Amino acid sequence: MTTFLGMPVHAPRGVGHLRGDEPFPVAARTALANPQLRRNLHHATTTIRDKSGRVIAELPDWQELRAAGSALKAATMARLPELLDQLEEAVTAAGGVVHWAADAREANQIVTDLVRATGQHRVIKVKSMATQEIGLNEALEQAGITPVETDLAELIVQLGDDKPSHILVPAIHRNRAEIREIFLRAMPGVDPSLTDDPPRLAGAARRYLRETFLSTPVAISGANFAVAETGTLAVVESEGNGRMCLTLPQTLITVMGIEKVVPTWQDLEVFLQLLPRASTGERMNPYTSMWTGVTPGDGPQNFHLVLLDNGRTAVLSDEVGRQALHCIRCSACLNVCPVYERTGGHAYGSVYPGPIGAVLSPQLTGVEDNASLPYASSLCGACFDACPVKIDIPSILVHLRNQAPHARTEAAVMGAAAYTMDHPRLYAAAQRAAKLARLPGRRGRGLPPPLSGWAASRDLPEPPKQTFRDWWRGR
Amino acid sequence: MSSKDVILDRIRAALGAGAAVPEVPRDYRRGAAPPDLDLLVERLVDYRAVVHRTADVPGTIAGILGSGTVVVPPGLPPEWLPPGLTAVPDDDLPAERIAAADGVVTAAAVAVAETGTIVLDASAGQGRRIISLLPDLHICVLRPDQVVASVPEAVARLDPRRPLTWISGPSATSDIELNRVEGVHGPRNLHVILLDAALPEAG
Repeated sequence: MTTFLGMPVHAPRGVGHLRGDEPFPVAARTALANPQLRRNLHHATTTIRDKSGRVIAELPDWQELRAAGSALKAATMARLPELLDQLEEAVTAAGGVVHWAADAREANQIVTDLVRATGQHRVIKVKSMATQEIGLNEALEQAGITPVETDLAELIVQLGDDKPSHILVPAIHRNRAEIREIFLRAMPGVDPSLTDDPPRLAGAARRYLRETFLSTPVAISGANFAVAETGTLAVVESEGNGRMCLTLPQTLITVMGIEKVVPTWQDLEVFLQLLPRASTGERMNPYTSMWTGVTPGDGPQNFHLVLLDNGRTAVLSDEVGRQALHCIRCSACLNVCPVYERTGGHAYGSVYPGPIGAVLSPQLTGVEDNASLPYASSLCGACFDACPVKIDIPSILVHLRNQAPHARTEAAVMGAAAYTMDHPRLYAAAQRAAKLARLPGRRGRGLPPPLSGWAASRDLPEPPKQTFRDWWRGR
Repeated sequence: MSSKDVILDRIRAALGAGAAVPEVPRDYRRGAAPPDLDLLVERLVDYRAVVHRTADVPGTIAGILGSGTVVVPPGLPPEWLPPGLTAVPDDDLPAERIAAADGVVTAAAVAVAETGTIVLDASAGQGRRIISLLPDLHICVLRPDQVVASVPEAVARLDPRRPLTWISGPSATSDIELNRVEGVHGPRNLHVILLDAALPEAG
């Protein structure tokens, strides 16, 4: 290896799920040709946008919470070494064991060794982006250990031999009828009279997983937050599969990106308000579990925390791009993105799809390995407005485009767009113009050059009746 | 060089010299506000919890579950239970026995009116986390003085060294077409008994 130890490096190739098999425009074409997928995505993202908008409007201080969340994340990044040290000390003092993993391979090895030490050959898992990112399931399977995903959407993906396509709802590309078909085909012991009624589908998952929960003594989770001051970990969820995994087993292994640490217990008062409203559009998600090390007689008696770098320090070294590390994985930016709504998550190639994926994945891997992703955006800015911690995704996209030159025609269009973005009046005018542009037909016929050339290989997103900016201003 | 040292060195190299730590503006609503019990009830009901405002705990529980077994934490006031139910005290019960019970009765630590959330902190009246997880019916008894208006007040009241479970309605999922559907792995039925000292103890 030629890199100096101690210098930030990107996530290694050949392990994990941060790189797609084909560039975004090629992968997107497949998705765009699937009308069922587009109907499913349109329905789901419209539903969540409405729900989220309603519960955000209930809070008179949403903007103040966003400002606090944004500053908290920036302050955390600036103090990261000290906070991680403090976290390790607090978790250790409370009876947990902290491990450090420089990349995906090391994290997979640590977790595999910990599971092996228990003598178990099956683990239950709570949905976790970090473990998907590092390809932990594949690593465990290679070691003869069966990982069982317990989140309903992850279960749908696993039973359907499919790939996740959304941060929050990995099976968002499936509708109820398709989910029923997958269950009937692949769920052992399923009632053949199962209908596509959502409560019946959820009930089938409950029956299927109950015995597994009660008989599996090792669980693997991610974490939404870790409090440096107290060593407290938090997992936010809905179904209770998280509670099962965090409560029933003897051994709990939590894999967490180093950027998930928050300084103080009090800081959770901000993120617990931002996350559910931006994410599932609920005032509060059904269940949030918090634990500090080991509690004698209650829950897992062996707790391991694996702190993961895997390219995060490389992201941190970019002064413009580092704010991508502020992401709390709510997926609001996916749900408002006209590009995501058309292409779905698979086209992005990485476990992090949508606008945040377009800025996070290239930075974790090095731009050369995800060169088309910074262009997977119309720079409309809806993601920035929707982000609960105010990540300026459009600016990072433009910044990354400068590092990943694209075909000349696209570069010209993107340059014009970037110029427009920098001039808010022009931008607002352009958005209103786009609204009128139901007039260009499919494939952008009727758009002036150079936009016509850019649109030739794309379906234009249908412009919303009201732009997000207009809606936001009118709230 | 340990991986810890490698990662911490990388972070220091990435940040460069003297990264500025921004001030955190805390201009959002904080501090005590009078909790609105009606709002709590509205928000609990909105997420499909069943709410009973009463001073009569055993009578209300008897109305929810006429007969059968309920798991109870060691510190639950015995007078809360109606005579028709068989109480199974949790003295480190195996998971299968907890799962086989018809319900569980617990107290609570804090409730948040604005979000319709109840928080359990595993103290004597609430018990181990497992007992409020496996039975399909959770009956939670709440005192008015445990209700706060907002999330910041709840965080301030709670002790992070205890295992905490924040509960907002029964188990649910948004995984099918992003609509909330009640009832997956946690209790599918959540009943909240909000003690109302102003109400007479009815039979």
